[in-house]
Amino acid sequence: MMRSLVIADLDKGQLAAATYHVIEAARQLGAPCDLLVVGEGCADAVTRACAIAGIERVLVADDPVYAASLAENLAPLVVAVSAGYSHLLAAAGSVGKDLMPRVAARLGVNQLSEVIGVESSSRFRRPIYAGNAIATVESDDPVKVLTVRQTAFAAVEPRGGDAERVELEQVIEAPSTRLLGEQRAESERPELTSARVVVSGGRGLGSREGFELVYQLADRLEAAVGASRAAVDAGFVANDLQVGQTGKVVAPELYIALGVSGAIQHLAGMKDSKVVVAINKDPDAPIFQVADYGLVADLFEAVPELIEQI
Amino acid sequence: MKVLVPVKRVIDYNVRVRVKSDHSDVDLANVKMAINPFCEIAVEAAVRLREDGKASEVVAVSVGPKVVQEQLRTALAMGADRAIWIETPETPETAGLGPLGIAQLLAALVREEQPGLVLLGKQSIDGDNNQTGQMLAGLLDYPQGTFVSGLELGDEEVEVVREIDGGLQTLALRLPAVVTTDLRLNTPRFIRAPDIMKARRKPIAHTAPEQLGVNPAPGPRTLAVHPPEPRAGGRRVESVGELVEHLRQAQVI
Ligand SMILES: Cc1cc2nc3c(=O)[nH]c(=O)nc-3n(C[C@H](O)[C@H](O)[C@H](O)COP(=O)(O)OP(=O)(O)OC[C@H]3O[C@@H](n4cnc5c(N)ncnc54)[C@H](O)[C@@H]3O)c2cc1C
Ligand SMILES: Nc1ncnc2c1ncn2[C@@H]1O[C@H](COP(=O)(O)O)[C@@H](O)[C@H]1O
Repeated sequence: MMRSLVIADLDKGQLAAATYHVIEAARQLGAPCDLLVVGEGCADAVTRACAIAGIERVLVADDPVYAASLAENLAPLVVAVSAGYSHLLAAAGSVGKDLMPRVAARLGVNQLSEVIGVESSSRFRRPIYAGNAIATVESDDPVKVLTVRQTAFAAVEPRGGDAERVELEQVIEAPSTRLLGEQRAESERPELTSARVVVSGGRGLGSREGFELVYQLADRLEAAVGASRAAVDAGFVANDLQVGQTGKVVAPELYIALGVSGAIQHLAGMKDSKVVVAINKDPDAPIFQVADYGLVADLFEAVPELIEQI
Repeated sequence: MKVLVPVKRVIDYNVRVRVKSDHSDVDLANVKMAINPFCEIAVEAAVRLREDGKASEVVAVSVGPKVVQEQLRTALAMGADRAIWIETPETPETAGLGPLGIAQLLAALVREEQPGLVLLGKQSIDGDNNQTGQMLAGLLDYPQGTFVSGLELGDEEVEVVREIDGGLQTLALRLPAVVTTDLRLNTPRFIRAPDIMKARRKPIAHTAPEQLGVNPAPGPRTLAVHPPEPRAGGRRVESVGELVEHLRQAQVI
């Protein structure tokens, strides 16, 4: 019997957008699907989870122990509830990437990362080599443990469901790991991985002050802000804005790259965007090869003009 | 305290890969190979710990065929004290191994070597798995600090700063622990000619799965490899005005 369990992605106690995309991947498996909501103070997320069309049961583990989403606490919990499931799925974000391999190892099975296509219950597609190749892979394991690239799947209907709520009694706390602190970026802007428009800046912005131009254009377009690794390394912006092979993967309707050269590692994180715009003063910059509209110009002249015209 | 650093031989990150015309794999014939960039950062971090007197010995390990000795030599040239080669007849992937099998081999080695800290790269840039460290920690039931950009090693604990989706997270892990490196942990040193000479005299021990008493689990099977959907890019606009016009037409602004 096939049955899927999706581990919900939470953002400040709320159900993150990624969750709805992962459920779509689970739906494509064609099996009944349950959702595990684990965190602290997630009553609101549970209410929303129960309303998602197609979810049969919502397993709830609400405890301060789970506040920081540490794999050492979450993995034994997921393993404990995994009996009876043929597929375990989570978003390929920092929590899922941290957790799912540990879960798989505890179960003695393989794990498949960043799944972008479901071909059957045992056959999946996933990018390798920074997205320069797509592998079709098959797993014989009794339980398939997957992380799912959210941008590759549509979101399921958030309403219309009436799932049964199941409280998990056991609380697992690993004494080996202590949370010392978190530095969470506060931003009023849309969330990078689910935004409709993303404006990204690279080393070409020159400085933290120069990067203000990216924010100005983003605000004009109600866009999320992204960055290249070079811009993050240079301290223009925080690490959570990095787009690419080792950063976040985005696929917005519109991606505007300013002063980004277009290294393969950066392209890996944005080349599934619908429309790509590049502004760069180097006519040979590789970003132009993937841009639908490329403008060879000094961004410090072009961007203020662009802000004025839209 | 001993630090164990697993390193992987991968295609150089500057090489643009091509898929073979029979779609069986990517073409690795005659391409430049290198130590995985994240592993290089792990070696650098381990060597700095020893230089700062916080670690006593740095041991590099790689799973693969004979050629992985090149990457072990790189680790030795960077300052690792000795190396261990776990031999498989072909590349792990061709030999049917995935991160689980690799982690099982590494777990057996950890039980033999008893390091206080295992430092891995967060991800190999060929398979983009991002799994081996977490699996190793799971198999050993060790605490794990993944995607780390800051590392402070004490006697009983290691403090790590992790790069997470919402920002940064700082954890204290009781030793022994597994840590995986992110790009901003450090900038690996430049290897000089004398370092390469010195590395030649350092020992590389040989072992194999049977010797470690491990029959590693087979990885997922790769049925086909295809190039990604091509993007129809490359169009130029002459002015900001023209750009805005196009974006309005495409109804994206
Ligand atoms: C293992 C590994 C993983 C990596 N992962 C990532 C990743 O996830 N994401 C990522 O982005 N990178 C990643 N990188 C780094 C990547 O290889 C590139 O180094 C990086 O993307 C370059 O950033 P950039 O385009 O901002 O800088 P550069 O390559 O320096 O490009 C700056 C561009 O700005 C242009 N410019 C300068 N001034 C102006 C101006 N006034 N007006 C207009 N244009 C201007 C220049 O012409 C140039 O094209 C990774 C590298 C490695 C080795
Ligand atoms: N064949 C290997 N030999 C030694 N270490 C490896 C090997 N494969 C993976 N690793 C380690 O595991 C890390 C993550 O790899 P992966 O899980 O494949 O993305 C790498 O950066 C290495 O530190």
